[in-house]
Amino acid sequence: MRNFNIRGESVRDVVSGSNETWIRPARSTQEDPHDHHGNSTEHKKAFPVLAFNFEHVRKPFEISMWILLALLMKLGFHIIPRISHVVPESCLLIVVGLLVGGTIKAVEGTNAPVLDSKLFFLYLLPPIILDAGYFLPIRPFTENLGTILVFAVLGTLWNVFFIGGTMFAVCQIDGAGLADVDLLSCLLFGSIISAVDPVAVLAVFEEIHINELLHILVFGESLLNDAVTVVLYHLFKEFSHEGSVSVGDALLGVVCFFVVSLGGILVGFIYGILGAFTSRFTSHTRVIEPLFVFLYSYMAYLSAEVFHLSGIMSLIACGVIMRPYVEANISHKSYTTVKYFLKMWSSVSETLIFIFLGVSTVAGPHDWNWTFVVFTVFLCLVSRVLGVIGLTSIINKFRIVKLTKKDQFIVAYGGLRGAIAFSLGFLLTDSKMKHMFLTAIITVIFFTVFVQGMTIRPLVELLAVKRKKESKGSINEEIHTQFLDHLLTGIEDVCGHYGHHHWKDKLNRFNKKYVKKWLIAGERSTEPQLISFYNKLELKQAMMLVESGSTSKLPSVMSSVSMQNIQPREPPRRRAMPSISKSREEEIRKLLRANLQNTRQRLRSYSRHDLMIDPFEDNVSEVHLRKQRVEMGRRMSHYLTVPANRQEAPPVRKVGFQPEHQVFTYDDAESPRSAEMKPRSAAVRLLNELPQRSDQSDAEPNAKQDDQEDQLKLSRGLSDPGPNQEQKES
Amino acid sequence: MGAKQTRSAQKYQDLTDKTGFSPEQIKNLHKRFQQLSDNEETISRENLEKIPALANNPIRKQIIDAFFDKRNQHQNEVGAFQEIGFEQFLMVMSHFRPPTLKTTEEEREAMRKEKLRFLFNMHDTDNDGTITLEEYRKVVEELLSKSGAIGLEAAKAIADAAMLEVASTNVPHMAPDDFYEGITFEHFEQILKGLEMESRMHIRFLDVDTMTMRCGKSKS
Repeated sequence: MRNFNIRGESVRDVVSGSNETWIRPARSTQEDPHDHHGNSTEHKKAFPVLAFNFEHVRKPFEISMWILLALLMKLGFHIIPRISHVVPESCLLIVVGLLVGGTIKAVEGTNAPVLDSKLFFLYLLPPIILDAGYFLPIRPFTENLGTILVFAVLGTLWNVFFIGGTMFAVCQIDGAGLADVDLLSCLLFGSIISAVDPVAVLAVFEEIHINELLHILVFGESLLNDAVTVVLYHLFKEFSHEGSVSVGDALLGVVCFFVVSLGGILVGFIYGILGAFTSRFTSHTRVIEPLFVFLYSYMAYLSAEVFHLSGIMSLIACGVIMRPYVEANISHKSYTTVKYFLKMWSSVSETLIFIFLGVSTVAGPHDWNWTFVVFTVFLCLVSRVLGVIGLTSIINKFRIVKLTKKDQFIVAYGGLRGAIAFSLGFLLTDSKMKHMFLTAIITVIFFTVFVQGMTIRPLVELLAVKRKKESKGSINEEIHTQFLDHLLTGIEDVCGHYGHHHWKDKLNRFNKKYVKKWLIAGERSTEPQLISFYNKLELKQAMMLVESGSTSKLPSVMSSVSMQNIQPREPPRRRAMPSISKSREEEIRKLLRANLQNTRQRLRSYSRHDLMIDPFEDNVSEVHLRKQRVEMGRRMSHYLTVPANRQEAPPVRKVGFQPEHQVFTYDDAESPRSAEMKPRSAAVRLLNELPQRSDQSDAEPNAKQDDQEDQLKLSRGLSDPGPNQEQKES
Repeated sequence: MGAKQTRSAQKYQDLTDKTGFSPEQIKNLHKRFQQLSDNEETISRENLEKIPALANNPIRKQIIDAFFDKRNQHQNEVGAFQEIGFEQFLMVMSHFRPPTLKTTEEEREAMRKEKLRFLFNMHDTDNDGTITLEEYRKVVEELLSKSGAIGLEAAKAIADAAMLEVASTNVPHMAPDDFYEGITFEHFEQILKGLEMESRMHIRFLDVDTMTMRCGKSKS
């Protein structure tokens, strides 16, 4: 009996009467005899074949419906290409939210769900922040950290006090009906509305592909201003009850700021180290690796929230610290899983947030006050512009790469407000003021997201702001980036100047010497960055090759240049085979056999133990093999006109059947260069394994001319493997 | 004393014109030069090798060689000095000046070329105008020299891959028997176009507008 509903009229008590008395002994005895009778003498109620019980699944059902709606909307927007090009997704989602809210209100009265603050802060916000923090580009972030901090801290402080103060002045205007709004309330309002919102910034900036510097400035600011917001919000909220703030309290506020931000970072740091350490031991349980990443990060966020520390900073710190070590430890598949899950969750969250914003707008109690709202919007813009210009003039004195006027404009224009402001406003205690504040907040959010969000793209194009350069991961650039790092550190040392590079270098050496040994498993702990980069690049190229493997064209990245064009020319030695070690030869032989065999089964068995490919990419060797197969197949089909077949017959017998293909015999190939026979014979043997049907008459003329070339080229392929192969073998 | 002041001011003015540093920066660098050379007129390689912080740098030798490389003096000479004076020291340092807000687009281009030339000279040790595969391998080996055996094996593969990349981007269609001699300066520029050298290859200490410069300290 699965239904636990104890409702009088339920008809699903399959075993009626007697069971009822058994479960509910306290029930009135009046019914018992009646039922008893009924049980024995009347079988009126038919067995319910189909029943309807919604309450049972209400909550999960609703949640799933909302998420499904959100995702369907997202899907819809991308199918209609024209709109998504003009209007940013966030706007469309808010509009959908408005429609949905309106529908619900019309249908059910005032039962529309509102963006619950707890839901927002505990469930919807963390995935977005984690996604942002985990994939934060570290180099530009640390290079611009000073600028970002100045904007985040000083900029937000300026905004709060300017907006709060001016709004108070505005409230003093007679006839606006705002006389009851005191200074502290205004400052509280200022602290809510001032912070640049990471969700909104991400949503809009993702689509305009602006250059890295501006992106990291605005985005970094939106992340780091959380500490300031938290402190100011709590400070003013506490004291708006008491009505005044003393100097002592203000000082405490400053202390609180440091505690909140540094404490948050510390919490994140601890969890990050824990996560990295745990990932060191997960080599036998690869399946649960991604979960560690998620859970440790979420715990960091929650732990910080417990102490009213900055959860966002904690989350960012955790992700940033954890990432390099975790990525060195986890398998490639886990890495992909982490990446895609984070993207998926943050995408869903973002969509839900915007839709809920729309719904809440319809639902929430509103108190529209023209003066208040208009001035709020106006002041937000003005204070942002003034703040950015003022701060930039100070910052530019310390920056090498100065911020131009165009940059300043984008930074100012990109200061979008979003759902965090709304949620903070929602947390205020209920009062008439709260409704007014909420209305103003929503108006500002709408204004920034719609007006600024929609116009930023054409403005960026109009002002010809530098866009993100699509870098393809060049090994040369990586080599020279590292080279430059060392060069600049060296020059700084010559100058006797302990600057940026000097400390970065020290940190790197400390990291390499101590930290990596603890947190990274096995031999990867001593792998220099250049090599990991190179491995990653090779992996990417291998994947690309595999994916395009079945088509005839190689990716256009490849040109006809190959290793033979680069190797120094030494004619006599060129034809000679450099000696390959036994083990390599075995490897190659096995490889080629596998390729020609064309059976997946073999590949899988090779992927784990047989091939001595980079042992830390256990699942990648299969990719490499497939890539090998594709490449070899292509090369071979280029030279030979016979398709590969599955038989593996011993060469001698094969040749015996087709006397006209004498040229492929063992002897023939062997004779000119008997010295270097061994590896070549492997190649020849394999060539022979290709079926040679007697009707392939065109094979013969090919054979004679191509023979030397084939074997040479094939053997060249073996002896002088391209960089991809060499990496595999090394 | 007055005469001495004007004489050094005059000297500094010459250097300012030649290298582009401000008199303040030149004074600071001069002080450092005195430190390095034990108050003598010139410094030799031993003086630079004595710097303790440089010991951990994998490309220490190349950096020191760059100071004594005649090609970096912009006077169309080749070879190496045994000792250098303050002026040559400054010339080498001038490669690490950053662009300012007032630098025009052409000046930026020229600056980028100059910095890339400096890097090229560091790689092209035999001064034949190209970076051959051997030389490039050496570069990567030095970079990985602090990483033990893993480094040496992988260095070859990485250098090969890098060379292949340069060749493919610059000369996409080579016949199988063509031979790519080495990376010329034009190819070098091409391949590092994305790094924006003029913004990356600089030392903060030499920033003209830094407020801390006026305090006369050597930290910024």
